[in-house]
Amino acid sequence: METVLMKGNEALAEAAIRAGLKVYFGYPITPQNEVGEYLAKHLPPAGGTFLQAESEVAAINMVYGAAGAGVRTMTSSSGPGISLMQEGISYLAAAELPAVIVNMMRGGPGLGGIQPSQSDYFQATKGGGHGDYRLIVLAPSSVQELYDLTMLAFDLADHYRNPVMVLGDGLLGQMMESVTLKPYIPAFPLEEKTWATRGRKNREPNIINSLYLDPERLFSHNQKLFKKYQEIAEKEVRVEVINEEAEFFFVAYGSSARISLKVIELLKEKGINAGLIRPITLWPFPYTVIAEKVNQSKGFMVVEMSMGQMVEDVERAVKGQKPVYFYGTAGGIVPSPQKIFQRTLEILEGGQE
Amino acid sequence: MAEILARPESLTKVPFHYCPGCTHGIAHRLVAEVIDELGLAEKTIGVASVGCSVLAYDYFNLDMQQAAHGRAPAVATGIKRALPDRIVFTYQGDGDLASIGMGEIVHAAGRGENITVIFINNSIYGMTGGQMAPTTLMGQKTTTTPEGRTKDNGFPLKVSEMLATLDGVAYIARVALSDPGQVIKAKKAIKTAFTVQEKGLGFSMVEILSTCPTNWGLSPVNALKYVKETMTRYYPPGEFKKPEGEW
Ligand SMILES: Cc1ncc(C[n+]2csc(CCOP(=O)(O)OP(=O)(O)O)c2C)c(N)n1
Ligand code: SF4
Ligand SMILES: [Mg+2]
Repeated sequence: METVLMKGNEALAEAAIRAGLKVYFGYPITPQNEVGEYLAKHLPPAGGTFLQAESEVAAINMVYGAAGAGVRTMTSSSGPGISLMQEGISYLAAAELPAVIVNMMRGGPGLGGIQPSQSDYFQATKGGGHGDYRLIVLAPSSVQELYDLTMLAFDLADHYRNPVMVLGDGLLGQMMESVTLKPYIPAFPLEEKTWATRGRKNREPNIINSLYLDPERLFSHNQKLFKKYQEIAEKEVRVEVINEEAEFFFVAYGSSARISLKVIELLKEKGINAGLIRPITLWPFPYTVIAEKVNQSKGFMVVEMSMGQMVEDVERAVKGQKPVYFYGTAGGIVPSPQKIFQRTLEILEGGQE
Repeated sequence: MAEILARPESLTKVPFHYCPGCTHGIAHRLVAEVIDELGLAEKTIGVASVGCSVLAYDYFNLDMQQAAHGRAPAVATGIKRALPDRIVFTYQGDGDLASIGMGEIVHAAGRGENITVIFINNSIYGMTGGQMAPTTLMGQKTTTTPEGRTKDNGFPLKVSEMLATLDGVAYIARVALSDPGQVIKAKKAIKTAFTVQEKGLGFSMVEILSTCPTNWGLSPVNALKYVKETMTRYYPPGEFKKPEGEW
């Protein structure tokens, strides 16, 4: 197995090609331009098609068409572009179309900035678009994981017929790290997409649709979707716990998880046994795993590159039984391990709320 | 006679829900007949848009996708790029294509996307109850231009003429469903458009001047007269672009 030094954005693009990406549609935006550029160069020789769309609105609807035609398809963007895609994402979820959407988060709101951020957590995990629907949201925290989770994203999308978001941040996308180019092994048996619209040869027509004018039928469609979401919530929670026996836990994903690991080392030097709960799936969220640590943990420190979004889910898991603290930075400022360390020490030694 | 009235293979048995005198149904039928005659049914994917024709996926006996408002050309692009050897068409109203979806149609045409667009221009938003469309004629009364469209509302867009200037476009025609003679011409244009796609020559579109008696406040007969005498004056029928030479 080949191990190479690669930029995060390129590693994910390479993983997509190896996972059988057939058509990619995207519109340029920093900090994820390398995804499209890599695919423009390497996807056609692999037998696929790269198309630069006229907007993110067009890109996500092209993804809809291609997904409905039964091929593996993907788009990538960042904040402002992902906002433009929300109507299309809602349609994908409603029509049960498998597709992969990458968001390399940058600082917002508005045009915001181009530096890394984690401020699209709410948008990714709580809807974003209109209607009752769920996205499967994967949160890599290394270049290797960007590679691995991108492959998994295609499999989850196909298996559950649901859009999957890979939620990275500008730091991961731009970072160079060594990555092992593992061969693609499907996480689920690849099934023939008998529902796809590819021409009605030797069968009745297939229809890709999200319109149900009859309230009863729309209600039962919603119920069907929610049954699927329940199954995903039961089976697909992914989380990494570091230092199971810890007396205090950090909860962080993506780049913030890497920073939290440094804080844990600093605390160790002070004789404090801290651990990390790192959600790998942000939806479904690992509520149970966090709840299981409530008894042993003096509290939880949530670290995010945002003004505090995932912290609400951690509070839901902890249910007020222990204090939940938050440390966040926004605007592209990466939290400093030293500062988080100081803050945590104050909390633990001062015994303050 | 029985032959002529037989339901085309490419239409389902589901009865149309269109208002009396609405020509959406005729347009569906013409598209279905052309697909039958060219033998394309098993390799065709249609894209329904948002408008009165949203349920087109129930009427065409074909694989169909339903697209978000205005985005049918992008959805069709996705299908065509995924399956280049299939025939892909969109069926869009004027609000869908010329207002919210103007970006998608221009770029699909500009790319020379090898798809066929059936563009139903009834100069109004039918489905939402008769508001002004980008194609509403000057002076025409709608629920959002109660005194008639004035220059404060801007001027109606001539989409076929605009798109015909683009290099990616292979075929563009405008037809009017106003009388049997025009219906025959319309079918010919639709057949040409699908043939252009089959031959891989690029983007093709047929703009169909169509009635909306309900929101125009006209009887079915007067609505046809309105298409013939008033609409065609601003929107002249004809072929605006054709592939050159032998094809
Ligand atoms: C994003 C969005 N905006 C608005 C609507 C509401 N809407 C439904 S149909 C329609 C107008 C359709 O008019 P047209 O395309 O001319 O089709 P017609 O009904 O006249 O055939 C509008 C505005 C919608 N469904 N989606
Ligand atoms: S509202 Fe107008 S366009 Fe819609 S079905 Fe009725 S006549 Fe046709
Ligand atoms: Mg209309």
